[in-house]
Amino acid sequence: MQNELQKVFSRYQGRRDELIPILQDIQDALGYLPAEAMNAAADFLKLPASAVFGVASFYDQLHTAPQGRHSVSVCEGTSCHIRGSAQILRAIEKKFALKPGQTTPDHMFTLERVACFGLCAMSPVVMVDGRLYGNMSPAKVLKLIEKLE
Amino acid sequence: MTFAEIQKRAEATWRQFRGGPGALVLVGDASCGRAAGSSEVIDAIRSELGKIGKQARVVSVGCLGICYAEPLVEIALPGTASVLYGKVTPAAAKELARWHVGKGEPRADLALATTNGASLDGVPRLEDLPMMQGQARLLTRNCGRIAPDNIDHYIANGGYQGLAKALTMSPEDVITEVERSGLRGRGGVGFPTGRKWRFVYEAAGSSKHIVANAEEGEPGTFKDRFLLESDPHALLEGMLIAGYAVGAGEGHIFVQAHYPALARTLRTAINQAYELGLCGAHALGADFSFELELRTGISSYVCGEETGLLESLESKRPVPRARPPYPAQAGLWAEPTVVNNVETLANAPLILERGADAFRSLGAADSPGAKLFTLAGDVSRPGVVEFPLGVTLRRLIEGAGGGLPEGAGLGAVLLGGIAGGFLPPEYLDTPVDFDSLQPAGAMMGTGAILVADESRCVLDILLNQLEFLSDESCGKCVPCRLGARQMLNIVKAITEGRGRATDVENLKRIGAAMKVASACGLGQAAPNPVLSAIRHFGSVYEAHIGRGVCPAGVCPMHGERKQA
Ligand SMILES: Cc1cc2nc3c(=O)[nH]c(=O)nc-3n(C[C@H](O)[C@H](O)[C@H](O)COP(=O)(O)O)c2cc1C
Repeated sequence: MQNELQKVFSRYQGRRDELIPILQDIQDALGYLPAEAMNAAADFLKLPASAVFGVASFYDQLHTAPQGRHSVSVCEGTSCHIRGSAQILRAIEKKFALKPGQTTPDHMFTLERVACFGLCAMSPVVMVDGRLYGNMSPAKVLKLIEKLE
Repeated sequence: MTFAEIQKRAEATWRQFRGGPGALVLVGDASCGRAAGSSEVIDAIRSELGKIGKQARVVSVGCLGICYAEPLVEIALPGTASVLYGKVTPAAAKELARWHVGKGEPRADLALATTNGASLDGVPRLEDLPMMQGQARLLTRNCGRIAPDNIDHYIANGGYQGLAKALTMSPEDVITEVERSGLRGRGGVGFPTGRKWRFVYEAAGSSKHIVANAEEGEPGTFKDRFLLESDPHALLEGMLIAGYAVGAGEGHIFVQAHYPALARTLRTAINQAYELGLCGAHALGADFSFELELRTGISSYVCGEETGLLESLESKRPVPRARPPYPAQAGLWAEPTVVNNVETLANAPLILERGADAFRSLGAADSPGAKLFTLAGDVSRPGVVEFPLGVTLRRLIEGAGGGLPEGAGLGAVLLGGIAGGFLPPEYLDTPVDFDSLQPAGAMMGTGAILVADESRCVLDILLNQLEFLSDESCGKCVPCRLGARQMLNIVKAITEGRGRATDVENLKRIGAAMKVASACGLGQAAPNPVLSAIRHFGSVYEAHIGRGVCPAGVCPMHGERKQA
């Protein structure tokens, strides 16, 4: 891990306002933000560890725990809600005994609930590994998940 | 290169693009196109062309706003009608490659519209489609027509002329022109843009900033994504004009985390602007230098609030700041800063190029210009349209949007995402602009128009919004943090059949307190949907609380669904 961290830090000057890009880079390298990495970032930027954790814990896109190999995000925006996103979420929750924010025991995927993808013309919408799918139904989404390996 | 040389080169590129040899196949490849399968369509066209041994230029473009008919494919082949095809499946794409490209025979049966005025068996012209009729097509002029990753396409269609013009004027004259246009911020609040620029121009300090707010966190809103995916240089040019006007040396674009495709598009656009010397040191050889920076991948709803956004750019938690001082005095790194919405900034090139009077010639007196509206929910033709401000809801929903699917009755309209409020069908003929909806207790906000048919329950939608708001409250001020949670608990109880006679009164009291006591617009606007629903849909509350029934049969009353 030290190697990866040093590589990230070498691209920055150590200014406080670089914290978010640094955390993004660390997460890209390690998949999440282990406590050790957040402490190292705090040392590098001469910040209290609490300031780093405060930022890491605020933003949904920064993860302080390991994530699944894949990500499945269900949009819960108002448009998707009107068009039935709750049924999609429920179907996934039921089939995999999983709540939003949790990862399957085999680390296959992490389920997320997202505020709005801004793809409201194609509601309901899910994102699987960064790819958006529109006009979804519970059955279509479960099929997409089954294809993950 | 001088700007004239840049333009000349761009025009040659564009002529080659539109008129070059062989067929031109444009595929709508913005997020809406992708989500509908544009990648598979591109693959199908390429493979079929290979099979029949035909050459064609297959090019990804943005979105025309006709999102409901994605994937869209436009085929232009000299000597034939140029045709826009909608809802193209991979199988249909192969047909199009075989017939229109291969044999020069357009397929009227699969066509949505013609795009070069040619006639084809009863197929309407693009501008005659019901969704397009009456639209202004100013900000949208390039959307879906040019390749967003090619700066020459933008320049050949008039791009960067507004900047070139501004650079021949004094900064103060640029600000005066924007003031005269009457442009008001498109991020939801409607603050006069020229006045904001003048504050920053007059603020003391040599280091100033332009921040483009591309957070677009308001659920139901997707106009900024649409514009940036389809025509990213409109924003960059607007930022450059703003920077020149106020004397800023840096521009920052803050992009919503859930718009990953946009990050790439904007990165490419910025690199191209640098390559042509449109930004960086001595933009277009003028005594004006401007650096552009991009922040992507991290955001949350409260990052859209301008001071929360500034905190986030400084790598902090996006907790809104106390005001005064306002960003115009002490913004990014405590330096004078313009924070503007994407759509606001994208209007600046048009105002400079065509003049304030041309801008004012559309729209309402106090809300001049045209505006992007996003249509979603229970509407037949969801997508993005551009109308003069003051257009009625009826025109937007029934005209452009084609009404409700399968002839369903209109239940409610939600405006401006969360903060705008609910309106019942009686208000369909109210003009939509910054001020006209206020007597009805609603706001145009971002221009999001979310339609709910009669089978939906207003309280169920409200519950979704309150879950969102209580999740997204940053937690700093008590009225917002606790108020949103309390409203959520009360509405949840009502939808579960546990409503009490005092609930409506309590919601009103909490809402009133949040409006006056919350530290930022999030908490101040959070009661809007609750209060507007009480005002216009009081009988729905009454049925849930008084009779224990969800009239729409949606809410889990008493743990089970109960039909009225
Ligand atoms: C909770 C909250 C969220 C906001 N989200 C956005 C947003 O996503 N995009 C935006 O442009 N403005 C947003 N605003 C408004 C901004 O604070 C600010 O008024 C706007 O960026 C100014 O730009 P304009 O004058 O060009 O509209 C939000 C405000 C609040 C209170």
